[in-house]
Amino acid sequence: MSRWALPLLVVAALIGAWQIAAGSGALANLLGLEPLLVPSPAEIASSLWENRSLLAENAWVTLREILLGFLCGLAAGLAFAVLLRLSATLRRAFYPLMVASQAIPILVIAPILVVWFGYGIGPKLVVVALICFFPIAVNATDGLRSVDPEATKMLRTLNGSRLQVLWRLEWPTSLPFVFSGAKIAATFAPIAAVFGEWAGANSGLGVLIREDSANLETARMFAAVAILTAIALALFGLLAFAERRIVTWR
Amino acid sequence: MVSIRGLSHSYGELEAIERLDLEVPAHGVLGLVGPSGCGKSTLLELIAGLQQPSMGEIDVGGDGDPAERLGRCTFMPQRDMLLPWLSAIDNAALALRNRGVRRRAAREQAGLLFERFGLAGFERTRPAELSGGMRQRVAFLRTLVAGKPVLALDEPFASLDAITRAEMQAWLSQALAADPRTVVLVSHDVEEALYLCDRVAVLSARPAHVVEELSAPAPRTADRDVAVTDPEFVAVRERAMAALHKGAR
Repeated sequence: MSRWALPLLVVAALIGAWQIAAGSGALANLLGLEPLLVPSPAEIASSLWENRSLLAENAWVTLREILLGFLCGLAAGLAFAVLLRLSATLRRAFYPLMVASQAIPILVIAPILVVWFGYGIGPKLVVVALICFFPIAVNATDGLRSVDPEATKMLRTLNGSRLQVLWRLEWPTSLPFVFSGAKIAATFAPIAAVFGEWAGANSGLGVLIREDSANLETARMFAAVAILTAIALALFGLLAFAERRIVTWR
Repeated sequence: MVSIRGLSHSYGELEAIERLDLEVPAHGVLGLVGPSGCGKSTLLELIAGLQQPSMGEIDVGGDGDPAERLGRCTFMPQRDMLLPWLSAIDNAALALRNRGVRRRAAREQAGLLFERFGLAGFERTRPAELSGGMRQRVAFLRTLVAGKPVLALDEPFASLDAITRAEMQAWLSQALAADPRTVVLVSHDVEEALYLCDRVAVLSARPAHVVEELSAPAPRTADRDVAVTDPEFVAVRERAMAALHKGAR
């Protein structure tokens, strides 16, 4: 049995149970709601197909925010980790700040960013990048520090400069950590993009979900959520694939 | 080639080495044996310029500057420390790559030694696919390719099983005969030190000082089993063991 068979079977069973419970009205009764508000998977699939143009248009907007924001967070997280590794002074000065930065409610400051930067893509990128930054920076910092000191000594006596030790030893050693951080960030990025859109945007899946909520279009809301989940899974899968191709020694 | 005079070293309150004097002539092979934790590895790192001594002088090739020492010594740690993401030949060529030699030229240069070291055909193999003995040979080859006159070897065969260790000792002895270098070898094995080195310094428990310096029986035969059972060798080994016990007290 392939390693995917069991999880796929579980997902199929859950969807099947949901279909029976929602299709028969049992789920709506249980929740004390109108059947209209509790769509079945078949109705969600139908809505997904019927609204494919609208959903695709908005999904593209959100996907762009997710990918660009993720790349900004990745670049900033790696740059930060490298700088902290190269300078003990910077490490002492900024590492506690980096940890403290996680206490800032980034999703709550999204409206401030909208006030400052308007309804364009900018505020969403900042929110996604800030959310992605922390897991990547922390993991990369730990990864760069995880090098065996004996290996560093060995490389130094093999004519290795500080930058060569970083490039030939510390960076490859940190890669599994970097991928772990990036995979965590990939699962947070769609949530961050939606929050960014809720704070102020004209288009995107977050905007669509908010409008559908007001209009009680629950089937389309679920369709949008399904797309967001698919984006997060695809990004995670892409990173896992890249990790298998790049970190071949593990 | 390596000259140590009045060397003392401590880590805070902890005294690791105390007033130590040693001389290693060019192409000489000096062994350092002593109780566990007596500061043998620290001494090796001091010689290689990886640490600065608290007191005393260390000259390598007539220069006491740590950066110069680092430039004249290659350090081979206990574990092979081969980088798992590089092939055997790229591991061996690390020092050349660090010097700015292009990958192709560095591989060609390092590749010349693969045949001599019994590693032909394994150039593109990753370390995980090599046996323990082969990994140590690649690690030693990497040390030689660096082209430095002094080799600081820290228990290079400690992680190997007894049979492979004996084979590697015979192999290293031949490798050093073919390509002589000034070597400081740390070992926990008196027999290994006497077999591989011209002279062996027996160090005391911490703070380390020289209890006795012994000359190894010469000339060394290629057959290790014959060499280590030679009556003269056995007698020197007994003296070294006695010095070791005396220093451990």
